Amino acid sequence: MSDNTQAIKNLLFRMADDDLIIGHRNSEWTGLGPILEEDIAFSSMAQDKLGHAQALYNILHSLGEADADTLAFTRNEKNFYCCHFVEYPIRDYDFSLMRHFLFDTADAIRFDMLTNSSCQPLANLAKKVRGEIKYHTMHANIWISQLGKATDESNIRMQAALNECYPLALGIFEKSDYESVLIDSGVFDGEELLQKVWTDIVSEIIEKSNLKMPDINEANLSTLAFGGRKGYHTEFLQPLLDEMTEVYSIDPAAEW
Amino acid sequence: MKSDSTIKSLDPRITRADIPKDENLSINITPLDQWQTYEVFHQAKKGDHHIHVGSLHAPNPEMAFLSAKEQYARRGKCVNIWVVKTADIFTTDFEDEDMYETNNEKMYREAGGYKVMERINKYKKEHKKNPEEAKQ
Repeated sequence: MSDNTQAIKNLLFRMADDDLIIGHRNSEWTGLGPILEEDIAFSSMAQDKLGHAQALYNILHSLGEADADTLAFTRNEKNFYCCHFVEYPIRDYDFSLMRHFLFDTADAIRFDMLTNSSCQPLANLAKKVRGEIKYHTMHANIWISQLGKATDESNIRMQAALNECYPLALGIFEKSDYESVLIDSGVFDGEELLQKVWTDIVSEIIEKSNLKMPDINEANLSTLAFGGRKGYHTEFLQPLLDEMTEVYSIDPAAEW
Repeated sequence: MKSDSTIKSLDPRITRADIPKDENLSINITPLDQWQTYEVFHQAKKGDHHIHVGSLHAPNPEMAFLSAKEQYARRGKCVNIWVVKTADIFTTDFEDEDMYETNNEKMYREAGGYKVMERINKYKKEHKKNPEEAKQ
């Protein structure tokens, strides 16, 4: 086994936990979405995210970790490596849509970068999920543009959601201790490059949608946005985990 | 502590939403005045006919595509989708249905040829299965 296995595992945990938690969060809209068609689309994308999480946990399993269900349902908060951004409650649809836009744009770029990864199973997965994620970003982009340009009320609400989400979204790019190993061994080109590409794409779509990029001071963000990659989480993660694992905790062998 | 005046449900999302329990709650439902319906057609593979699969609500074609993908193309494979504003489809009245009736003596106009096509396809399929047999 090569030296970078720990680094690869860390990257996989960060990605899988992000997908699992945002997938669970977004699934909270199922049955409560703003209109039937959108309810189905948003739920279906949430399900895709759980699928991506499962595929990433499966790679971890092949590297010697427990199986996907055990990883998803039995770890405590301290051993989760998702960013804070995905943990926040769904709030109103403007917040959920804006988070979907900012997160999925990063997710799409990350998987795109990973299609050339030296970690073959990860590169294969990245190629496989590309089509699904293409729809996720298309969905996000169209909604942001629609609501950014529709009425004064929708524009103001989307701007407020952006102002709130944007600083939190920067937590996606929080580096782990393995950053240089991942870059040097050709596994992943790094959070810095990812953030740079993300900022360009996000600003372009935001400006086209009659919204303004928030002016933020990254120094003030420390605890709000960062810490997730090291196992420090918001107050919202543990209740989510309790709810998500309720059935599993009662009967781990339950099938449905 | 949630007060007794909000709805409690087995679904934690509903309980969390703090919806006031009000027996006299009346919800005014007004018809949508901006969104129209679109008809969705999808194509299973290149070259196939597009087939009508259903309709949906959307404010414009772009949004109709977004919904059409998840409504009608998430289960089976599909390579292409058409969406058409329902209002843009011209249709005849059902009371004119008799116009389309064909008389028995005009059987020669019917597309009997398609039945031959079925037989040809069946023949092809059978011979694909047993290439050895076909050679003999």
